[in-house]
Amino acid sequence: MDILLAITVGGLYATGLYMMLRRSVVKLLIGLGLLSHAANLLLFTAGGVVRGRPPIVPRGATRPPELVADPLPQALILTAIVISFAVLAFALVLIYRTCQTVGTDDLHDLKATDT
Amino acid sequence: MNVLLVLPIAIPLATMAVLVLSWQSLRTQKVLGVGGAFALLAAAVALLVAVHRHDIVVLHVGGWPAPFGITLVADLLSGIMVLLASLVAASVSVYASVTVDEARIRFGFFRLFHLLMMGVCGAFLTGDVFNLYVWFEVMLIASFVLLSLGGEQGQLEGAIKYVTLNLMSSAVFLAAIGILYAATGTLNMADLSLKLRNFPDGNIVSALSMLFLIAFGTKAAAFPLFFWLPASYHTPPVAVSAVFAGLLTKVGVYALIRAFTLLFVSDTEFTHTLLHVVAGLTMITGVLGAMAQNEIRRILSFHIVSQIGYMMMGLALLTPLALAGSVFYITHHIVVKTNLFLIAGIVEQRFGSGRLDRIGGLSRSAPVLALLFFLSAMSLAGIPPLSGFFAKLILVRAGLEAGQFGIVVAALVVSLLTLFSMTKIWAEAFWKDPPTDADEQRPAAAAHPHRQLRLSYAPIIWLLATTVTIGVLAGPLARLSLAAAEQLLDQNAYVNAVLESHEVPQ
Repeated sequence: MDILLAITVGGLYATGLYMMLRRSVVKLLIGLGLLSHAANLLLFTAGGVVRGRPPIVPRGATRPPELVADPLPQALILTAIVISFAVLAFALVLIYRTCQTVGTDDLHDLKATDT
Repeated sequence: MNVLLVLPIAIPLATMAVLVLSWQSLRTQKVLGVGGAFALLAAAVALLVAVHRHDIVVLHVGGWPAPFGITLVADLLSGIMVLLASLVAASVSVYASVTVDEARIRFGFFRLFHLLMMGVCGAFLTGDVFNLYVWFEVMLIASFVLLSLGGEQGQLEGAIKYVTLNLMSSAVFLAAIGILYAATGTLNMADLSLKLRNFPDGNIVSALSMLFLIAFGTKAAAFPLFFWLPASYHTPPVAVSAVFAGLLTKVGVYALIRAFTLLFVSDTEFTHTLLHVVAGLTMITGVLGAMAQNEIRRILSFHIVSQIGYMMMGLALLTPLALAGSVFYITHHIVVKTNLFLIAGIVEQRFGSGRLDRIGGLSRSAPVLALLFFLSAMSLAGIPPLSGFFAKLILVRAGLEAGQFGIVVAALVVSLLTLFSMTKIWAEAFWKDPPTDADEQRPAAAAHPHRQLRLSYAPIIWLLATTVTIGVLAGPLARLSLAAAEQLLDQNAYVNAVLESHEVPQ
């Protein structure tokens, strides 16, 4: 499972970066989305994928009796997904407005703010 | 006393909430926006006094003890940074209430401004790597909207570059957090400091430190990751550029200082040598970029990059004096850079353009402005009685004591080049005769009546007064910076303060 996830993460990073290097703004956005998914999955994989129970400690005990799933990576990813989703939604609107205002989706034409 | 740690986060949040409720009235928005910023300033002063008196102040939010719960920590560096941030907030909010146009304020300028401040203060106060990420994102989303608010073409184009690169660095940061958690099983900075110190596999620590360097280096605009900054910082209204220029890159520098004094100190041979090279190249490329520019705000944007190099130089040398130099430099830089942007804004408002070939003769038509600019610019370049001189003096002395002559020479040459490009603005905008065909080329000056603009001089004057005060009180401030630096280098004190305090908030 870990190996499969690792390959997926690598694939997502590769595709994400490739898309970001294209000239079209829309592909840039898709690349960013893939990249944030790759980071989330990496967090998940690195946190340790186990087939365990929820981490509930019985009354009186000081530690759970059997193998449990680590809740922290899941909590982190949940936060990260919310954030990256919000930011991507903003980026989508930004790109839509930019295409409307500038009249192109080619990144090479966005030169008004360079020297 | 511990409640002081929450105030810098709670006050902007409360201000934002009240601002949302009062969306109908423009006047209320302005009054609340400025009032909230001053309340934040008061809280920051109280926090710094408390930190100065009681050493490191820790708050375990919700009463969960340190490695498990969310921790807020303030040491002297955090205290100083929060105070500077709120000083910028107070100054810029007054300036913004006069100069930002009605549409932007109606659309929520002050709400976003306070959201930004909440993110900045949160990033300075958190004691947990993942929370640092969250506060970074709070700050970034506010800055994205502030940058593109208004939707002019330049703003949108700048925003695309800014948004893309900052999202990239956030993705790298998140990946680094994942690997860090896998390696150590904790995200609390104090706990991490303990665990990374005795970590068996040095390669993983080095790889992690590089991921953090890329993530924070992008946000701090270090070489070679700075290209988003000059592409975007000159596009939004001046109040926005000023607060960005003063604060946002410094949050990245703060994170770098925190990471490379607390977490990654086991292999300084590798990490800090690299920081050293990056610091030198950042200084040089920034100032060379600035010399090629022809518009006031663009020149100033490139100078931010060059000065990030100075702040990283102190971190790279990693001696108490050098770190004190970094802290002093950050203090000086935030005040002066914000002020220079505000002055550039008045030039643009009154004379219709910031391009050096379209304006001229301001020393005769606006002598007060010329004096204000001259003093701030000389302070940035490091002319003796002003604050920049002492900041550079400490860094250069620390470099000489450490025997790193290469970077000292770079710092001195860059300082000279900074003086050159400040003189260029002075000669072109203030000294030379105004261009004769100015009437045709000059875009219509902003519609603000001159009388209203007078209030926007107030923040400039008190920021300038702060600069001069930093110069006059250089001794005590250098001692404060040195205390902050010694605290940074004493990792055990930080670790003990965080892990062994079990105070439960009332």
